[in-house]
Amino acid sequence: MSLIAITEVRKRFGDNEVLKGINLDVAAGEVIAIIGKSGSGKSTLLRCINGLETIDEGTILVAGAQLAPDELHLRALRLKVGMIFQSFNLFPHLTAGRNVMLSPMVVKKVPAKEAQAEAQARLEQVGLGHKFDAYPDELSGGQQQRVAIARALAMKPLALLCDEITSALDPELVNEVLQVVGKLAAEGMTLLMVTHEMRFAREVCDRVVFMHQGRVHEIGPPEEVFGAPKTLELQQFLGIA
Amino acid sequence: MAYSLDFGALAEYAPIFAKGVAVTSELTLVGGVLGVGLGILCAWVRTDGPKALRPIVSLYVEVIRNTPFLIQLFFIFFGLPSIGVSLTEMQAAILAMVVNLGAYAAEIIRAGIEATPRGQFEAGASLAMTRLQIFRNVVLVPALQRIWPALSSQIIIVMFGSAVCSQIAVEDITFAANFIQSRNFRAFEAYIVATVLYLILALILRQIMRSLGTIIFPRRRVVR
Repeated sequence: MSLIAITEVRKRFGDNEVLKGINLDVAAGEVIAIIGKSGSGKSTLLRCINGLETIDEGTILVAGAQLAPDELHLRALRLKVGMIFQSFNLFPHLTAGRNVMLSPMVVKKVPAKEAQAEAQARLEQVGLGHKFDAYPDELSGGQQQRVAIARALAMKPLALLCDEITSALDPELVNEVLQVVGKLAAEGMTLLMVTHEMRFAREVCDRVVFMHQGRVHEIGPPEEVFGAPKTLELQQFLGIA
Repeated sequence: MAYSLDFGALAEYAPIFAKGVAVTSELTLVGGVLGVGLGILCAWVRTDGPKALRPIVSLYVEVIRNTPFLIQLFFIFFGLPSIGVSLTEMQAAILAMVVNLGAYAAEIIRAGIEATPRGQFEAGASLAMTRLQIFRNVVLVPALQRIWPALSSQIIIVMFGSAVCSQIAVEDITFAANFIQSRNFRAFEAYIVATVLYLILALILRQIMRSLGTIIFPRRRVVR
């Protein structure tokens, strides 16, 4: 059974239909890259999966939790999927450690001491154990993004959604973040990532989804999608047509 | 036009001024703390709270911000007893200040809340926090930090507004000055002393707010 089941999902912003019937099943442990031009609906799809956007038709199921617009369903869903953003979105008034501790304490009522140990472990996992007491504005972009990953991991999600998580980074900082993600992938985390890092997608992902005009235009293992693109649109996108 | 200042004539009234300083400080402190608390509550209702309460809070905020403080004070002190709510001068003065500051603070704090980047709400939401948890843990402190200077000024304005409370015989600094000049006709001296006392209190209050700010907000503001 798949961990994430997306069935016939449609999403409109006014008259503009951005998702035109998306079907996608993600197995536990699978790493999937979503590529496509801007405006193809890839970020919207990702944001629908944890309910940051509502959907107009179709269903999204994550490990039995269904996407529904009420807070109870949304929270049940969000306990199963974590999300990492392009702009990090760390809480500026809290230290790195406190950023990671906050949600376990507030949402899961984990005692402070336990949450602190967990935060320390998660920060070490992303190579930032020594930055527990640093504030976000004292960290580089790459470090901030790694803290954001640690913060998501502290909630012990079944899957992580990554929304262009290296797009706001200076080129020399991209690798440190990708390394962390690569390690997570190797450890069996289910990952769904919108990305422009084609090389990374090719090396790490099990499947690549090419989205075009609100549809899954092509899908397959990276060697197929990158090596032998079938459609003209994908060939154009990859710059080989 | 020769007027020779004689502050010596005020010496015997020093205890009255001392009491005035204490009363004005008490009004400002209690009014400030409760008023800001009320302001946070109202700002929450207007931005993220129960929709049913919003019209009520909006009405309160608009009525208070568009009527004179003196009338609000008289309404509470002279008006409320007719419906059976009798308050001492001090209680009435504090209530009036809380109600007044609450409305202004609500609008200032609301501005701070509305300047919160959307990503902060989204980050909180994707960590499975409820709206209230996001407000309390994610939104509130940076919002207060954004508007802290404006809020500090508003509290000082309210302290000056407390001078009006002398009108219902609250024995604050203004009351002391009025009382003394009616006894010894040294109006110039009495109001110079009152002015200096307000000035000193305002400077102290500003410093307190600044120090409080550095404690509550350990990081400088990060603009995103």
